[in-house]
Amino acid sequence: MTLGTDWAIAWIRRSADVVAEHRVELITLDREIGDGDHGENLDRGFSAVVAKLDTLPEGSTPADVFKLVATTLISTVGGASGPLFGTAYLKAAGAVAGREDLDSASLVDLLTAARDGVVLRGKAAVGDKTMIDAWTPAVDSAARAAEGGQDEKSVLEAAAQAAETGARDTEPLVAHKGRASYLGERAVGHRDPGAQSSSLILRAAVEVAG
Amino acid sequence: MKKLINDPKNVVQESVAGFASAHADIVTVSSDPLFIVRADAPVQGVVGIVSGGGSGHEPLHGGFVGYGMLGAAVPGPVFTSPTPDPIVAATKAVDGGAGVLHIVKNYTGDVLNFETAADLAAADGIEVRTVVTDDDVAVQDSLYTAGRRGVGGTVLVEKIAGAAAERGDSLDEVAAIAERVNANVRTMGVALTPCVVPHAGEPSFTLGDDEIEIGIGIHGEPGRERIPLEPADAIVERLLEPILSDLPFSSGDSVLLFVNGMGGTPLVELYIMYRHAVEVLASRGITVVRNLVGNYITALEMQGASISVLKLDDETTELWDAPVQTAALRWGR
Repeated sequence: MTLGTDWAIAWIRRSADVVAEHRVELITLDREIGDGDHGENLDRGFSAVVAKLDTLPEGSTPADVFKLVATTLISTVGGASGPLFGTAYLKAAGAVAGREDLDSASLVDLLTAARDGVVLRGKAAVGDKTMIDAWTPAVDSAARAAEGGQDEKSVLEAAAQAAETGARDTEPLVAHKGRASYLGERAVGHRDPGAQSSSLILRAAVEVAG
Repeated sequence: MKKLINDPKNVVQESVAGFASAHADIVTVSSDPLFIVRADAPVQGVVGIVSGGGSGHEPLHGGFVGYGMLGAAVPGPVFTSPTPDPIVAATKAVDGGAGVLHIVKNYTGDVLNFETAADLAAADGIEVRTVVTDDDVAVQDSLYTAGRRGVGGTVLVEKIAGAAAERGDSLDEVAAIAERVNANVRTMGVALTPCVVPHAGEPSFTLGDDEIEIGIGIHGEPGRERIPLEPADAIVERLLEPILSDLPFSSGDSVLLFVNGMGGTPLVELYIMYRHAVEVLASRGITVVRNLVGNYITALEMQGASISVLKLDDETTELWDAPVQTAALRWGR
């Protein structure tokens, strides 16, 4: 079983639903250690993405889907999340360009490129209390699952689980990047909103995989 | 939450529409993508200056668009950076062939979106330079944070760089002046109350009746420390100390003193602060030769203030005095 364009589109639609369902939760997390706009901005961006999915021409590849997501998020989200999530999808599109069906190895390529794109733009490292704390464990777990010969859904499940743990593990951290970094010790005890939204989006990828 | 708004979703669009209507002699507004631009843009042969960022800091930045200051301002949603598209559109709108300078406050979202926009504009053949302002001394550990924030000093950078552009300086020269002002200005702020972002509907943080927050930025984000309320003079000294020791300022310096209201503090209080800040500076042998007092870079309805001190030289003094005609600053013309 490989995952194709239908899965990519379903993932994005499910992501939009999940972001909308968790909008208030993300706003609350962000208000505690940021400026309270994360849920609002992501919801606006993914709503715009969903409105554009119907414009995809027949025969589009997963890469075409992710490129549409990237350009739409960059032009609608604003804040730091717009360029960061936008770059993630843009690099993901590049990693799987030309492939119609994605196997386990391709999914690892996709996740790795997305994470690398976020690092390139935001320059955060693991432990900085950012979305990277969800993404990097997700990439590592996915890679281990793929190397162990697991199927596509299991690879995505490994990524989602690691991202959820990673997001939860941002709670005791002091932030070194983004607006929460100005709080010092006062950020301790709060979960990073970008890590949380990243884990929601990675969970959505599993939910729609076969 | 009590606010004079309609649908929270329309706050920025409706406010900018009113601004455009009130100041049609100075600016025109593009509503989609949203940006505010000098009515006479592009001015041929003059470096265009574009700034922007989240809304909620008015009059920054739209109030500084006009002769002798900004070519365009790009307002994002409240406290959220604009996306690259309107920044690119504004950049094109002010490009009179001499290149465009982006002045960006050091906040992660602003920096990322302006960086992306500069790449896109450069791909379209426009020469763009970027100066990031980071005058906030409240951030002590700039190595393990996103760095010092761009706050009050940004207003002074925009005025002085705008004057340099207006007199015909090249893009490199305007960028160098902007860097020089940013390097010589330091700012520290205090909040007495939080502010309420319209779509959030709740205060961004809470402060007790007798508490103040020292070292706030311009988004209601908490600052360096929380202390009991003190008399104005003591707060002025508390704000000035880290400013003066950071540059450092020294006896014999001539400075511009900028006492800025955060939106909810009346002028009567700002002048009390200004009065004592002049006294403190004089006691250190520092002479206030220019000043600005008022609400110029705000955080919605927050009660509070910031103090900026800019070390002036002959050229930056002359550029500060140069004519300016914007909604919020006007003299000499």
